[in-house]
Amino acid sequence: MLAFIARRLLQSVIVMLVVAFIAFLVFRYVGDPLANLLSQDATMADYEQARERLGLNQPFYIQFFNFVINALQGQFGVSYRLQQPVSQLILERLPATIELAVASSIIALVFGVMLGIYTALRQRAFSTGVIMTLSLIGVSLPTFLIGIGLIYVFAVELKWLPSFGRGDVVQIGWWRTGLLTQSGLRSLILPAITLSLFQLTLIMRLVRAEMLEVMRTDYIRFAKARGLSKRAINFGHALKNTMVPVITITGLQLGSVIAFAIITETVFQWPGVGSLFVNSVAAVDVPVMAAYLVFVALVFVIINLVVDILYFIVDPRLRDGARSGR
Amino acid sequence: MTDLPHSPEQPVPAAKASRWKTFIRSDIVWSYRRSPVTITASIVALLLVFMAIFAPWIAPYNPFNPATLNLMDGFTPPNSNSMGGRYFVLGTDSQGRDVLSTIMHGSRVSLFVGAMATLFAMVMGVGLGLVAGYVGGIWDAVIMRVCDVQLSFPAILIALLIFGVARGIIPPNQQEGAAIWVLIIAIGLANWAQFARTVRGATMVERQKDYVAAARILGVNPFIILLRHVLPNVVGPVLVIGTIGLALAIIEEATLSYLGVGVPPTQPSLGTLIRIGQQFLFSGEWWILLFPAITLVLLALSVNLLGDWLRDALNPKLR
Amino acid sequence: MTEPVLSIRNLVVEFPFHDETFRAVDGVSIDIMPGEVVGVVGESGAGKSMTGSAVIGLIERPGHIASGEIRLKGERIDNLPEADRARLRGKRIGMVFQDPLTSLNPLYTVGQQLIETIRTHLPLSEAQARQKAIDLLSEAGIPKAGERIDSYPHQFSGGMRQRVVIALAIAAEPELIIADEPTSALDVSVQAQVIKVLKKLCSNHGAAVMLITHDMGVIAQTADRLVVMHHGTVVETGTVGDIIRRPREPYTIKLIDSIPTIKRGEGEIIAAPAANDEGAYVTVNQLVRDFEIGRGSFTKLLPGKVEVFRAVNEVSFTIPRGKTFGLVGESGSGKSTCAKMIVGLTRPTSGQILVDGHDIWAGGAGHQERRKRVQMIFQDPYASLNPRWRVRDIIAEPMRTLGIARNRTEVEQRVAELLRKVRLDPSVMRKFPHEFSGGQRQRIAIARALSSQPAFIVCDEPTSALDVSVQAQVLDLMSELQAEYGLTYLLISHNLAVVRQMSSAVGVLHNGVLVENGPTDAIFDNPQADYTKMLLDAVPDISKVA
Repeated sequence: MLAFIARRLLQSVIVMLVVAFIAFLVFRYVGDPLANLLSQDATMADYEQARERLGLNQPFYIQFFNFVINALQGQFGVSYRLQQPVSQLILERLPATIELAVASSIIALVFGVMLGIYTALRQRAFSTGVIMTLSLIGVSLPTFLIGIGLIYVFAVELKWLPSFGRGDVVQIGWWRTGLLTQSGLRSLILPAITLSLFQLTLIMRLVRAEMLEVMRTDYIRFAKARGLSKRAINFGHALKNTMVPVITITGLQLGSVIAFAIITETVFQWPGVGSLFVNSVAAVDVPVMAAYLVFVALVFVIINLVVDILYFIVDPRLRDGARSGR
Repeated sequence: MTDLPHSPEQPVPAAKASRWKTFIRSDIVWSYRRSPVTITASIVALLLVFMAIFAPWIAPYNPFNPATLNLMDGFTPPNSNSMGGRYFVLGTDSQGRDVLSTIMHGSRVSLFVGAMATLFAMVMGVGLGLVAGYVGGIWDAVIMRVCDVQLSFPAILIALLIFGVARGIIPPNQQEGAAIWVLIIAIGLANWAQFARTVRGATMVERQKDYVAAARILGVNPFIILLRHVLPNVVGPVLVIGTIGLALAIIEEATLSYLGVGVPPTQPSLGTLIRIGQQFLFSGEWWILLFPAITLVLLALSVNLLGDWLRDALNPKLR
Repeated sequence: MTEPVLSIRNLVVEFPFHDETFRAVDGVSIDIMPGEVVGVVGESGAGKSMTGSAVIGLIERPGHIASGEIRLKGERIDNLPEADRARLRGKRIGMVFQDPLTSLNPLYTVGQQLIETIRTHLPLSEAQARQKAIDLLSEAGIPKAGERIDSYPHQFSGGMRQRVVIALAIAAEPELIIADEPTSALDVSVQAQVIKVLKKLCSNHGAAVMLITHDMGVIAQTADRLVVMHHGTVVETGTVGDIIRRPREPYTIKLIDSIPTIKRGEGEIIAAPAANDEGAYVTVNQLVRDFEIGRGSFTKLLPGKVEVFRAVNEVSFTIPRGKTFGLVGESGSGKSTCAKMIVGLTRPTSGQILVDGHDIWAGGAGHQERRKRVQMIFQDPYASLNPRWRVRDIIAEPMRTLGIARNRTEVEQRVAELLRKVRLDPSVMRKFPHEFSGGQRQRIAIARALSSQPAFIVCDEPTSALDVSVQAQVLDLMSELQAEYGLTYLLISHNLAVVRQMSSAVGVLHNGVLVENGPTDAIFDNPQADYTKMLLDAVPDISKVA
């Protein structure tokens, strides 16, 4: 078990280093870092000086090393566009994104798994056909259109819910939450649904496909031949075996919610890291882009690690430690 | 299941049944004929593709020719005559451009970007997948790790990143011309991993099969084995992913254009049109948004439905 | 006369298939008396498994019972509603499936699965059920059942898992057990024990058995009565001894006739025993193959102790020109690894393979010699032909690659010639492999092997995927071609009867070691190694019918 986690940790570090390297390349070579720092009429001498000060004439690997050391301390330089430290920018907007992501993950997970099981067990029911068709439409609807549609119906026409922003927020330490005010909660509803729909359909289809696959296996046939009750077969045997692959993919999907929030945040003008990133891309604000990349990779790596450990707990074949290769 | 109908040990009669008949009787055609949804989807998809390809010739107006634009025509509601006295089926936008014509030209851009990006992703993914699956070892490990990491990020993020990087690298005066190609490469690079992973899996299965061993015993060049033996056998899943990938690429392009980082406004795609239309949603000119949105959804949905059907139809044969 | 446990009358099972309907079972009637073991034999497609599924009520959609009756102790069960049907399963009818590796849920311990089954059917407490589970496991021959009960299925070997499956089937004391190919996935030595366990448990608990199998040998040693099925109908019914010694129907006669046996029949042509070593066409000398285990691609780059598994350990034998050497062994014995090294697919760790005096692993020259002389016939005719290629291109590939024939007409002529040699109509060359049956595919595979005009063919389980009657035809064809072209064969098989029929000399592989090696008759009639004796003793064979 410990060896397994250690190996996974090592792999995570490698992934992070690779991503950091890409971020570094972007940071260092996209655009001219100096042009954004110095005024138009800077002399060659000014350039040399700045180059010296920022360590830009040091060997490549030392520059990368410094980048990693700085990144570990949360230092990603100063945003070209907003002239503020990048870490501060991200930290300010992080709570908004996390609250949105967690809310929509819960929606996606609960409804996705429930609908997936339902449609797998009622394979031939009319309702299953309806749900499956809806889910295909759901996959074909771009997230931003869903957002626009929800805004039009619930904000413009019915005027039930706000169409943009976070509503009132409460400051708890450095965390600025919208969960404690009524307007904050009301503002969360539409973006959370918008963000969850795509993941919801994916999880539902995955659970359904895996469960149908499991229902076809010999051990389910054998369980039927032993006369076990339908309930025991469906929920005891089939569901547990379904969960093994579902955990992996679902976990990774939920990780991507944070990055997926980019679109939702733009549609609803939600003040999170995603909208910060989109604006940075449009303005080629390289330090923010690099930092965002590292941040998303970190989220991914952490979730991946948790998923691996869960996997380990569910499947006894892995626990025996024979091989962990997936 | 061994108890399926197939005749055991009988001398094979000379091959007489025409190829056309075998095709008509095949499972794929059979399942196509049995699925009205699929038939509808393919008709809708074909109509949209036709409309997009021939847009310059069949569109009622040329929305990008400033000479024919008339601000008097602006904000004409659907199915009515403008103040300039001209008729517009789907109405006009703020500048008096015919919505139907902009949709036709917009679908053209959307489809072109989607198809090219999918083609790019397919070529790259299939190539790397074949290598990873057949050669194995460290190549496999590296390619698949990259896939794993990339698949866990949404394609849209990767496309945005590549787009941002390209913007930083390409000189500003060339950006407008290059934008569409940057977009294609960005979306293609964001989508190759799905192909690679599937092809790698299928290749590993095929590589183990004895027909590959038979060719290896003969000393056939590995590259030829890959191309002539393995590739034809992994085409099925590639087609499925390609179809669904096309729908994804179209949505991704629309999303990027909606976010304002896609195609230049001089060459609006469906996403750009929706972005423009959204400004008028609150003031009641709903048609500027609605019709491009419907077209986009129909396009993505019909392609998705075809992909879904293709997957089910090919599945029992994929073994 | 007592009432039968199971009575099937005119059973018809239909499968709608596209626009047609296919009858998998077509008017079958079978009676099984209490405590009786009835064997149901037939080749693939005979409808025997479907009959079993119909009895327990687990026919997969869209299949369904179209007409007929199934009675359990006189009570009609085929028309019961699904809920009542489900109540019979496990409680009154138990079932054992073919593959023990997939029959058990991998995420639960065998104890959990046993206790769950027992408590579903019997009013026992958790502790009582656990005790019963332990008793059942030890009765099924699982050592230290009290400890093993908390193990997961993957911690058991295949044979042990099948014992668990049998224990599960018998757990609620059903009156009837349906065993569908219960030993087909197991090695010969394990097979015999599992059959014994099945028989013992069923007689201890008073259950009748419907034993479905394609293997006459298994039935011969187990069943009281025999039902022969063909194309969904019952061809013949009778006691085992009667049917095997005095079959009446033409189909049964042909079937029994095509079953090879490990006993040498009267008047059979016996291949001349191996000549001296000077005539050796193929020499395998001290062959060794090691595999590294438990290391992924990334970890392989790190230093560390390498664990090595020796799959083939100093194997040596020779094959004279024009003769057949049979290599016998169970799964994991290293026989397939041997084959791969001899045909040039896997590099030996050490040792030598000489074909016609050329060391085939000695660089480019040896490689060229091997390509010209060595060919292979594979086990699974469904996987050995590229499904996307036409038969013509499949057979032509070797001659094109080796430059034997280049232009199109010449190639087609040669392909037609080869197809005729393997008794197929030359016009089939434009077809794809999926249009052929298993036996026909194996003929195409043989034609492909002959296409490069080899002198030596390695046959890796060439008939184990085929039905017995087809097997006989393919073996005959192989013998004829050997006589005609003077081919040298290495025949690798787990089937002792096939090896006895085909080979002039035999080697027995066990855990990578060649435990015995010599003329076929000497080995079969007077085995020296303990392993060979055990193997010959364990093999189910129709000659062993009392």
